[in-house]
Amino acid sequence: MLSRLKYDLTMAEAARAPGGSRVDLLVVADMVQRGARVLDVGCGDGELLRLLESRGVDGRGIELSREGVNECVAKGLAVVQGDADTDLEDYPDDAFDYVILSQTLQATRRPRVVLEHMLRIGRHGIVSFPNFGHWRIRLQIFFGGHMPRTDNLPYAWYDTPNIHFCSIKDFRELCHASGAKMEQAVALHAWGGRMRLKMPWWFWNLFGEQAVFLLSRRS
Amino acid sequence: MADIGATLDLADRTREADAPHSPVVRFGFDKPLRLDAGVDFAPLQIAYQTYGTLNAARSNAVLICHALTGDQHVVNDHPVTGKPGWWETMVGAGKPIDTERYFVICPNVVGGCMGTSGPASTNPATGMPWGLDFPIITVRDMVRAQAMLLDHLGIESVFAVTGGSMGAMQVLQWAASYPRRVFAALPIAGSTRHSAQNIAFHEVGRQAVMADPDWRGGRYFAEGTNPRRGLAVARMGAHITYLSDAALHRKFGRRFQDRDNPTFSFDADFQVESYLRHQGITFVERFDANSYLYLTRAMDYFDLAADYDGVVAEAFRGAPTRFCVISFTSDWLFPTVESRAIVHALNAAGARVSFAEITTDKGHDAFLLDEPELFAIVRGFLDGAAKARGLPGR
Repeated sequence: MLSRLKYDLTMAEAARAPGGSRVDLLVVADMVQRGARVLDVGCGDGELLRLLESRGVDGRGIELSREGVNECVAKGLAVVQGDADTDLEDYPDDAFDYVILSQTLQATRRPRVVLEHMLRIGRHGIVSFPNFGHWRIRLQIFFGGHMPRTDNLPYAWYDTPNIHFCSIKDFRELCHASGAKMEQAVALHAWGGRMRLKMPWWFWNLFGEQAVFLLSRRS
Repeated sequence: MADIGATLDLADRTREADAPHSPVVRFGFDKPLRLDAGVDFAPLQIAYQTYGTLNAARSNAVLICHALTGDQHVVNDHPVTGKPGWWETMVGAGKPIDTERYFVICPNVVGGCMGTSGPASTNPATGMPWGLDFPIITVRDMVRAQAMLLDHLGIESVFAVTGGSMGAMQVLQWAASYPRRVFAALPIAGSTRHSAQNIAFHEVGRQAVMADPDWRGGRYFAEGTNPRRGLAVARMGAHITYLSDAALHRKFGRRFQDRDNPTFSFDADFQVESYLRHQGITFVERFDANSYLYLTRAMDYFDLAADYDGVVAEAFRGAPTRFCVISFTSDWLFPTVESRAIVHALNAAGARVSFAEITTDKGHDAFLLDEPELFAIVRGFLDGAAKARGLPGR
């Protein structure tokens, strides 16, 4: 049996909905329209692609780890082995309706370049990431004095694939800087549920453990 | 080299070229094969094998394109050597290319020597084998001939077309030439063009054949000779390129063959030498030297981009075909970078493509060997495609 890949383990402990799907993936999938063409960058073992295909979406994936790719292809998913940092430039403009970075952005070397490619290739972008502004992470740094480790982010600083952490606040700044328009944003609390809307951003930034953003190009 | 090959009965070999142990289709002068070389070739004979059953909707055909030295005998014993078929690991009941689900067709390529028209076939105008009078053929010519065969069999579109190496070149040519006739394409260890290094290897092989005095300018049938030594040397050289340094070391290392010490001679002291000599000897039993020249030439000429103003992606523009491209980490003949170029082009063309690189130390020939990861990927890809095609599940 092929081993589960490393990146997917980033979220291995994430909350799951009654149907068995990871809540963060359900939130992402809910943002995608039926029949759309989707590129999932960093698709791991293909869980999101499978979820999307079950909803009538034409999904493709890119995955860095060979084990992940082979597992996806063996499941009948259209996935290519590739690197988000180098291979996105090969894709033509407007090739997809949505480009998704599900728990991937923080593992890229050049998040801004990746985000810009994402909105060049796709009409929409969906980004989900762990919020480094969450209070538990702040407490670990403030009182513990060490790099934080949580259920969702179980790695030690020296062996983590996640090299560019950001908070919800930081991500919004990146969106402004790179000309991305925020269409929709969802924060998930520590138990995986969606946080109530109408909360101010500072509240999300403090209590949201993960965030999912639907983006589009600013016209 | 004196020990290479028993004297072969030439009549036996031309018999397999003209009246093979396979079904054949013949196309007369009214249906010539238009070749890239500008020749209308006729009459044309195509020998092929089939396995499994064509369904009522004629939608479950899988076309297998064989490699340079392969043939149509995919999963039956070889009529000349008696050895098992060349892809028994992949094809058969319950195998990834499941003959209980799919109707598998494998034709011998044009230019081959196992029953499809080639230089060893008899030229009806002279009653002698064609030899070098046979026109130069290309990969596209091979594919055109296969399309004629499918027309004859009443198969409008194939569920899948697959093959490794030269077979992968044919797969890509199929998808480019007849996109509507190919539902799924699975090129393994292939390339969109033959590299300079590979052309160089082929040229060495051809020169080995032509340097054999028994080659006689290609007229060895007429003169009652056979360039066995030249062809065996060509095969030995080529065979090295199909393996890898690591695989050779694992299999043979520096071990001696049936002896404890070197003989201080040019005997096959090392196991690897003995193995290569064996490869050479067994190859000439079943393969025609001129065929080897023609087929290596066809591979050299293969450059898909050349037909599309230098842009490979244009070959696949708007193709409805779903692709699965596979390469092997230790393949230095058709390295992963070549498969990546295919994927790049397919992505640029917006095609539905999967790509997997399989970790193995077995080199280019890994596609013929027991590679469980390869089987899982082929099976998964075909299952997914079968579902999309509406073929019944397993």
